[in-house]
Amino acid sequence: MIDAQIIRRDFPMYDNGGLYKDKKLVYLDNCATTFKPNQVIDEADRYNRCITANTKRGDYALAHDADVAYDASRETVAKFINASPEEVCFTCGDTMGLNQVAFGLAHRIGKDDEIVISYHEHASVVLPWYRVAEQTGAKIVFVPLDENGRITPDGLKSVVNERTKVVCLASTTNVLGYSIDVKEMAKITHSVGALYVDDGAQSVPHRKTDVKDSDADFLCFSGHKMVGPTGIGVMYGKKELLEDLTPLMWGGEMNARFDVEGNVILDDPPSRFEAGTQNVSGALGLAEACRYLQGIGFKDIHDHEEKLRRMAVDGMKDMQKMKVYNPDADAGLVTFNHETVFAQDTATWLGSKGVFVRSGTHCAKLLPVFTGSPATVRASFYIYNDEEDIQAFLDAAKHTEDYLDVYF
Amino acid sequence: MSISDDPQFMREILTDHIKYPRNKREGDESYVSVHMASASCIDDVHVQIKMDGEVIKDLCWHGTGCSISCASCSIMTELLRGKTRAEALVLADTFDKLMNLEPCDEDSLEEADCFANVPKEPARINCAKIGWKGVRKALGQEIRE
Repeated sequence: MIDAQIIRRDFPMYDNGGLYKDKKLVYLDNCATTFKPNQVIDEADRYNRCITANTKRGDYALAHDADVAYDASRETVAKFINASPEEVCFTCGDTMGLNQVAFGLAHRIGKDDEIVISYHEHASVVLPWYRVAEQTGAKIVFVPLDENGRITPDGLKSVVNERTKVVCLASTTNVLGYSIDVKEMAKITHSVGALYVDDGAQSVPHRKTDVKDSDADFLCFSGHKMVGPTGIGVMYGKKELLEDLTPLMWGGEMNARFDVEGNVILDDPPSRFEAGTQNVSGALGLAEACRYLQGIGFKDIHDHEEKLRRMAVDGMKDMQKMKVYNPDADAGLVTFNHETVFAQDTATWLGSKGVFVRSGTHCAKLLPVFTGSPATVRASFYIYNDEEDIQAFLDAAKHTEDYLDVYF
Repeated sequence: MSISDDPQFMREILTDHIKYPRNKREGDESYVSVHMASASCIDDVHVQIKMDGEVIKDLCWHGTGCSISCASCSIMTELLRGKTRAEALVLADTFDKLMNLEPCDEDSLEEADCFANVPKEPARINCAKIGWKGVRKALGQEIRE
């Protein structure tokens, strides 16, 4: 069982007696980004302090040490998702990975082919595929949602066919926190010969990920949402598919040879997708984040988040003017609106009490088609949150109608 | 005495415009129309101006946004009707100063002075300014940050 007070000792954001600008820090925007523990900060900094050299190009001992540390990080991350190291490409984050997959697969997509996404998807899924569809003449198809807004296997079955080339879905959605069974979705996708791309931004930090078991063809995620550094992420791809993926970025260290005739021999994956000097410090930090989360264990992480989520949902039941969109969420978050107060005003009000939540469309600008509201408020929880945080959130939320007090 | 000296009065003005937004409607093709959509926030506001020579004959707005952005559009459209282009731009500058906590002629802003406390929540400053930025754009002036 997680004791958030013990966890907090690792996180310098709580060092100031748990205060931020003289108010108790209640950080509930963990779907956006997470705090970093000392272990991650120190490991990322080890590159800057002890082993700074450019990787994959130096012939001296220092460069070798940097190479060893970078490769070891890849191995750690690969184990974390049960992949082989040569299938793990470092990116600058989930967005880059998803762009690399979409544009890298474009040559396999033709006119009237179909790309399947959903209203839940983040802009980093929707926009690259919109662009690829525009460039190739393919069609974007949306998975129908059930009455609760969920993506179901039957929903996916109803839209895939022989023209489907790609299905790209978030394994946990970022606005409503609904999870899907990736293994089942990948199986349905493969049954029509299409590729399955898993956007793991909101799932990898919170539950065990096993790409061999899920059989997803690609998986992308970010480090900063899982207590890792910003500017580092992962694109996993099955080896044979990485071989056929067109690189998005071209430059140093992703090629083996090129000549004046324009002949280019590319390096093998994963290096092929890591052009230019890499974020070595970030890779070290991400590997440490994997070790940190594994040290706690995903069962305990899930149980802790679920306990906090239930407390929040139960506490909001008594607030008659609060509409909760996802009392049945699978992930540790609650998404809501006050009947008469606009989402941003609610977030500003909560923020004035030291309770930091997100408001808006959460980058899922198609979802209002389903929720019927242009904006929502989202409180999302992680390992260092505790019951006191939830109570502070509920106490402030109770008085949302007083939101203009912020200015007077 | 400025409006901002009386918090109760400021609050009443704000509440009134949130509840009963003025000039919230769509103008026809004779209006210059500007769409202000922010990437970082939900505010999505259209500002429309009808000119008669150098004079703003009418202006209106529509869209979605937080209480501050909507109330600000409402108050601004009332304040600027009948003003010249030059007068409107001076008022836009004055409003920017109010948001930057710089000394300014608060009385000239009339009811828009009720936003004097918005800088207490820095994330909402852009919301208060979004309608004003739209007016600058509609009047053909580049937005200065």
